[in-house]
Amino acid sequence: MHYLRKIKDRSARHVMLGIAVFAVLFLLVIAISLFIKALPIMREKSIWVLLTSGSWRPFKGDFGFLPFILSTLHVSLLAILIALPLSLLTSIYLHTYASRNTRSFFQPFIDVLSGIPSVIYGVWGTLTIVPLIANKIAPNFVEFSSGYSVLAGGMVLAVMILPLLISILLEVFRSIPQEMTDASMQLGATKWQTVKKVVLRKSFPGILAAVVLSVSRAFGETIAVLMVCGNITEIPHSLFDACYPLPALIANNYGEMLSMPSYESALMLAAFLLFIIIVLFNALSRVILVQIEKRYSL
Amino acid sequence: MKDIDMETWQDKKVKDALQPVTSAVSIRIKQLNVYIRDQHILKDIDLILPEKSIICIIGPSGCGKSTFLKALNRMHDETPEVKITGNIFVDGEDIYSNHVNVIDIRKKMGLLSQRPCPLPMSIFDNVAYGPRIHGLTRRKVLNQTVIQYLQYVGLWEEVRGRIRTPATRLSIGQQQRLCLARGLAVEPEFILGDEATSALDPISTKKIEELFLNLKEKYTIILVTHTLRQAKRIADHVVFMYMGKIIESGPTDEFFNNPRKQLTKDYLSGSFS
Repeated sequence: MHYLRKIKDRSARHVMLGIAVFAVLFLLVIAISLFIKALPIMREKSIWVLLTSGSWRPFKGDFGFLPFILSTLHVSLLAILIALPLSLLTSIYLHTYASRNTRSFFQPFIDVLSGIPSVIYGVWGTLTIVPLIANKIAPNFVEFSSGYSVLAGGMVLAVMILPLLISILLEVFRSIPQEMTDASMQLGATKWQTVKKVVLRKSFPGILAAVVLSVSRAFGETIAVLMVCGNITEIPHSLFDACYPLPALIANNYGEMLSMPSYESALMLAAFLLFIIIVLFNALSRVILVQIEKRYSL
Repeated sequence: MKDIDMETWQDKKVKDALQPVTSAVSIRIKQLNVYIRDQHILKDIDLILPEKSIICIIGPSGCGKSTFLKALNRMHDETPEVKITGNIFVDGEDIYSNHVNVIDIRKKMGLLSQRPCPLPMSIFDNVAYGPRIHGLTRRKVLNQTVIQYLQYVGLWEEVRGRIRTPATRLSIGQQQRLCLARGLAVEPEFILGDEATSALDPISTKKIEELFLNLKEKYTIILVTHTLRQAKRIADHVVFMYMGKIIESGPTDEFFNNPRKQLTKDYLSGSFS
């Protein structure tokens, strides 16, 4: 009996380890297969040229990825710049100020918001945000904008990552010990002082983690961004210029690539670059996180 | 309710008035009732606490000791389920009347909790936290204040080289003294202790107790404690609570040597705890 229990325990352990390893392997397999598929184009041209050239003419054999990389970064960073303050204030309100009833009133809305398919956000962006930018916002700053722009992409993405950010931030705030906020209140601090000086400080690593997760999500978001960004292969110089992020490039051209081997390889490189950007971004933030936790003993 | 006629209600209603040994009354509690949801936690508490002395509140777990302390610094305000009736007069003013600012009350009541809870910042910033939120910005004054209170709790010599390092790196006994210094730095009139030494080792406990004995020259100290021996060692007055009621209260010697109520005798002899 005793022996059987031990065997069960041990085999359960090994099975679960196997599944965990499988998840890691999966990541590696994707990375390697993308890399292999992208190899031909990297043999043809130097990686430096591919990364820094701005000209994209597949039929002449020009594959410059700079506009796509910059578009991806611009749109995602703009999204987080818009979404972070909004989600911070929302979650601070819900966590610190709102009564239990208010909180449970808001919760389902946030959940539903994160469950809406991205194509619906795309349609909403095309019908609402794009005309808004073209007719109301852009004329104040530039001569002409179609509305399909970095700004449109950033705004739509911001709305899309908002619920994700809010749920993670709420979870982060919830993990702060009650005694700590009580300690601040008992010294006579107001709620706002407690939030500013204790809650935000204590939850800084968590906030950073939330940002990383949602930016990673923004990097990869395809369809909604594709619908509002304009998809023009140029390096965007202002918020009102059209842009063409990496995921949109892949999705738009996947059908035609079969006819040209170097084109196929270039698109695979685009996928590989997106993969690398996300991995690098995650690794970098992990390093920063460790440094901060070490320095401030949070 | 502010200018209540002290004489009359003291005679008629307050059965548990602690007779001041030397000086004046500092806190008067009148018909205090606390409900948490449907539960009646504190029942008809009438109590007068003399100033500049140590008052220990004893009683078995769940008798309402901590709820009582929280009523004193209005921390129940933060939990909407709690309902409070009755009055607590501090310096003659009812802290539950409408025009009273809760922040002023909390400033008057320095609370030391069961487990020390340093804020996520440096040792210096922990002590400077209170003065800063109450508007002190001058660096020189801040420095002086911090050093003064760290010296007062006997921590300055131990931490002087690492005052900018995170407070969480201190030992738990040091953390509790830091929390005391942090509480004193807002210049309270009262010190509330919620089993403030129960998480500490004997030596740290002794240090904190000695601090309390020094502090009663200037402050009124109200301690909730689990250990009868601690009450015996440091209290001037003892209040015994059971099931949300005050059973008996009196000067320490009298309380321990000649308890009047049977329940008190049983508790002191260890029949229940």
